[in-house]
Amino acid sequence: MAQVEETSKRMFAGLSDVSISGDIPVEGEINVPVGTPSQDKEYSTLDEPVKDTILRDLKAVGKKFVHVMYPKKSSALLRDWDLWGPLLLCVTLALMLQGGSVDSKEDGGPQFAEVFVIIWFGSVIITLNSKLLGGTISFFQSLCVLGYCIMPLTVAMVVCRLVLLGGSWGFSFIVRLIVVTASFSWSTFASTAFLADCQPPNRKALVVYPVFLFYFVIGWMILTFSPSA
Amino acid sequence: MASSDGNKNTNTEPWGGFEDNIIQGTGSAVIDMENMDDTSGSSFEDMGEMHQRMKEEEEVADEAEATEEETGEDGEFLGIKGIKGQLGRQVADEVWQAGKRQASKAFNLYANIDILRPYFDVEPMQVRNRLIESMIPIRMINFPQKIAGELYGPMMLVFTLVAILLHGMKTSGTVIREGTLMGTAIGTCFGYWLGVSSFIYFLAYLCNAQITMLQMLSLLGYGLFGHCVVLFVTYNVHFHSLFYILWLVVGGLSTLRMVAAVISRTVGQTPRLILCGTLAALHMLFLLYLHFAYHKIVEGILDTLEGPNMPPIQRVARDLPVVATAAMNAVNATVKTLVQHISIA
Repeated sequence: MAQVEETSKRMFAGLSDVSISGDIPVEGEINVPVGTPSQDKEYSTLDEPVKDTILRDLKAVGKKFVHVMYPKKSSALLRDWDLWGPLLLCVTLALMLQGGSVDSKEDGGPQFAEVFVIIWFGSVIITLNSKLLGGTISFFQSLCVLGYCIMPLTVAMVVCRLVLLGGSWGFSFIVRLIVVTASFSWSTFASTAFLADCQPPNRKALVVYPVFLFYFVIGWMILTFSPSA
Repeated sequence: MASSDGNKNTNTEPWGGFEDNIIQGTGSAVIDMENMDDTSGSSFEDMGEMHQRMKEEEEVADEAEATEEETGEDGEFLGIKGIKGQLGRQVADEVWQAGKRQASKAFNLYANIDILRPYFDVEPMQVRNRLIESMIPIRMINFPQKIAGELYGPMMLVFTLVAILLHGMKTSGTVIREGTLMGTAIGTCFGYWLGVSSFIYFLAYLCNAQITMLQMLSLLGYGLFGHCVVLFVTYNVHFHSLFYILWLVVGGLSTLRMVAAVISRTVGQTPRLILCGTLAALHMLFLLYLHFAYHKIVEGILDTLEGPNMPPIQRVARDLPVVATAAMNAVNATVKTLVQHISIA
């Protein structure tokens, strides 16, 4: 440390004859310009009524739902990522899967916490995996995509619930199997449409497999769900 | 050694070390967090070292600046010079730099993920080939066999095993009293993979085997491929004899592969025997455990729940008691005849 001071004093010794006014310190920061978010340029959203804020967020969430239903290669989902949609879907799914009543000793279905943890930890692990494989997508963008693509499975859960309300056993199982399989493949396809683009081309299969497994587990939970009478 | 010198001479390596100019030229006064996210895939050790050195130089530069500003060129404390704003600004600056340093230390956690990055550097072809090779034992045990140090395949196999286990537990109606189905499945599979790898690595360390932890993790992970196949088949096709055949054949092949790889890296009869025996026993017994513990309903729980809903598998599993009662009957018969003979005689 003393070495540093000495050398810096030696460096500054040559500047002693440069006239800088003593009470104007040279200040400033050397910033590497980062892609600043556009919030600075927009008007402040603090003064608008709450209804506007909520409606704007809901519109953004709804737009992303539409993107999931028709998975084209658009970057809207990635550019303005948000986690409201995934949270909504996750909570809805977990609530609907919580069918077993508290009295019966048999576990009618997974508990709320279990589904919640599976979805979020599964998403985190898939995101880490895709980043480790050399993906260019960021952590939260990936979470956003995976969360939004649970929507077909949530729809399938609603349909299964309705089917289970009535109808014979064997027939309803076939219907549920078809619905869950279709929605699970839709989810996988939709999420790979977004995720696989951010990977080197020969490694797409390596990223798709965990996504497939993730939605398969969720689909399996939906299919084997049986509400206690 | 690098931290004590700071800006100056970091050329402590015999090969010349990194050029300071390069590091200082590309750095900035404010650490840009975006630069931490380097996915260029360059040599991971160098990246880690460079990041560390950049941070250390940044910190030392900050401290040097701070001490300089404090002492000043004529040794007077700047605050005393009278400009209140300057002191406030300096304090704010210090707080900002300290906060930034804290944040970058927290982001070190992210840099740790970069350490794992090279272990995931695989192609789908390689994974497929390694999966197939995990079932083919190699007989060359006098020369160390090559073990791939990769973590993608093992992790995916462990997760697949978890999914298959879940399927098995659901179809057999296993009831877990304390805990959840998912938690049990994940705990079992990951516990086996990490725990047994560590244990065998420890044994290998005791027996002087040339195997690293990563290689052990990778080897055992790929050995789970056989388990996945067997369980997938037998959870859907309920024949006990089929399970035993598959257990011996598929389980045996993958165990032999692992054992041969480990033995080829050990010297001496006794160490080889110890390692081989332990690994084979644990691997085969794990498959047995997975099949029976989660596939068959445990009798105790069933008795307390409901009687009539017995799945068909219950009937097949009555081998042992039948044998036992048959043996008992045979013993009874012999004893009776003996007694009769003795009483007559």
